[in-house]
Amino acid sequence: MPFEVKDESGRRRLRLEGRWTVAEAAALEPRLRETARAAGGRLELDVSGIEAMDLTGAWLLHSLERQLHETGGRVEWTGGRPDKLEFIDRTEAGRGQGTEGAAGPPDGMPGVLDTVGRTAVHAKEGALDLLGFIGVVTAGYGRSLRSRKRLRLPSVVRHVYETGITAVPIVSLIAFLIAVIVAYIGAQQLRRFGGEIFVVDLVTVAVLRELGVLLTAIIVAGRSGSAFAAEIGAMKLNDEVDALRAMGMDPVEVLVLPRIFGLVIALPALTVLADATGLAGGALLSWYLVDIPPYQYIERMQGAIGDTTFWVGIIKAPVFAILIAMVGTLRGMQVRTSSRELGRLTTVAVVQSIFLVILADAVFAVLFMELDI
Amino acid sequence: MAAVIEVRGVVNRFGRQVVHDGLDVEIRAGEVFGIVGGSGSGKSVLLRTLLGLQKPSAGSVRIEGSEITNRPERELLDVKRRYGVMFQRGALFSSLTVAENVELPIAEHYRVSEAALRGLALLRIRMVGLPEDAAAKYPAQLSGGMTKRVALARALALDPVILFLDEPTSGLDPISAAAFDQLVLELQEGLALTVVMITHDLDTIFRVCNRVGVIVDGRMISGTLDEIVRTDHPWIRDYFHGERGRASRGLAGKDG
Repeated sequence: MPFEVKDESGRRRLRLEGRWTVAEAAALEPRLRETARAAGGRLELDVSGIEAMDLTGAWLLHSLERQLHETGGRVEWTGGRPDKLEFIDRTEAGRGQGTEGAAGPPDGMPGVLDTVGRTAVHAKEGALDLLGFIGVVTAGYGRSLRSRKRLRLPSVVRHVYETGITAVPIVSLIAFLIAVIVAYIGAQQLRRFGGEIFVVDLVTVAVLRELGVLLTAIIVAGRSGSAFAAEIGAMKLNDEVDALRAMGMDPVEVLVLPRIFGLVIALPALTVLADATGLAGGALLSWYLVDIPPYQYIERMQGAIGDTTFWVGIIKAPVFAILIAMVGTLRGMQVRTSSRELGRLTTVAVVQSIFLVILADAVFAVLFMELDI
Repeated sequence: MAAVIEVRGVVNRFGRQVVHDGLDVEIRAGEVFGIVGGSGSGKSVLLRTLLGLQKPSAGSVRIEGSEITNRPERELLDVKRRYGVMFQRGALFSSLTVAENVELPIAEHYRVSEAALRGLALLRIRMVGLPEDAAAKYPAQLSGGMTKRVALARALALDPVILFLDEPTSGLDPISAAAFDQLVLELQEGLALTVVMITHDLDTIFRVCNRVGVIVDGRMISGTLDEIVRTDHPWIRDYFHGERGRASRGLAGKDG
């Protein structure tokens, strides 16, 4: 029992005992508040029985004292006012200073307006940033292609390796599995009409036109879009980008363009690989599930592939590559001061690049339909 | 002596916050100039302005007589080759080794053979007092003091005439800091450099600086150490005449 209230001839007396530390604070606080409310006027506090008191315990007593003051009452200390309360007095004396100008957004309707305004301003800044970035990159692109030194071939090769070669296992595996899934569902449905052989057409067209390039782009956006944003963002935080500029090197030329060029080479190559493993997956499942032997599958496949089927898929790859690389590097360059920004912008880079890839794919779908390809 | 860096009426404004409000300063050839100021007084912004990384809202900055504030990035290249910068946390490229970090600016701006490049980098690495086997290490494997020395070696890669140091001794123990100060002095004399350093370290100021500029109220008060110490501005008085300031001055006095 840390304290009890005694009524002695009209004087309320509180004898405090035991430990007044942060561990007990949760239990003490509501009881103490209740006591203060009930006490009203004068309260005598006997602190001589307290075994241990830390700052939290002192703060509880300090709050009790202030609460009584506010209602016109007061506290009388038996055994002296603890030193720690004096310390809190001194700290609180400076309260209320230096809070001007740090006001948060107002509540209610003005708060909503405030949020709308801020969001609009941010959106405008974001759009300007994007436009500026596209301009700078385009200008740099022209300069890079004119001189071999500015092209920075070693850097481009490194990015082809990091975004392309190291992605080979995961891209082939996923393309294979997705083709198997499509073939499986297709076989199940088509069997009802006795048209199992059309599984071949389904898998071939789906993989070559859409799935191969789309899946590859999404995997690459997740792997490399985030890596671009994180690498460049970390360099910004470490002043490395400033160091580059101070040494007379253009960060766009050194950091951004090699990544874009690298991905424009790597993504189409990965797409061809995904197409191949996807078709292989379809062939394997067709053989196993609907008894189409491989030679028949290949024959049927050749019939299903039109003049444009393959090219309609592969032509999208460089476009997706530019989108992924631009978003990743832009978000990296936007990191300014904190590691929290780095995490947020890396996430934004991945989400936006995947979104843009799917959006662009939809645009291509409409375009190809209009062109009747 | 001729002014190597001439700053006139520089104003830097961020939104409603005015960091510099008509800042003037002149830095002369061959001196070690210390920039001092409270936290948030705009020392780093001033450095970025001098480097041409930050366009001031108004005013002019001349480095060796050429105006840098209104020039496009590409024309700044000739100015940038004349200075070297050591950033506070080193800003070494983490994917490159120590030697490659030092080689990078040389390879970028000049046509040099592979062997000469390595030789030039090793010379810089020895110059800042590092053993040659440090050359193959990556920045993550270096201690704080070594990182600063590598950053100094990289800053000296292009044989600059002006050397900017951003808090060169922050985060170093007093013995390493003193050794670093000594190194800066030796290099400054040996290479006839003009050194501009931002520092909080009173010991460093009294050990190496010829002249000091203090940023107060968005302007700069500059002069020789003696002049500044005698200045009657409350912040400057607190800074140099506080307990730590007195101790540093006492030590420097005994040394000299």
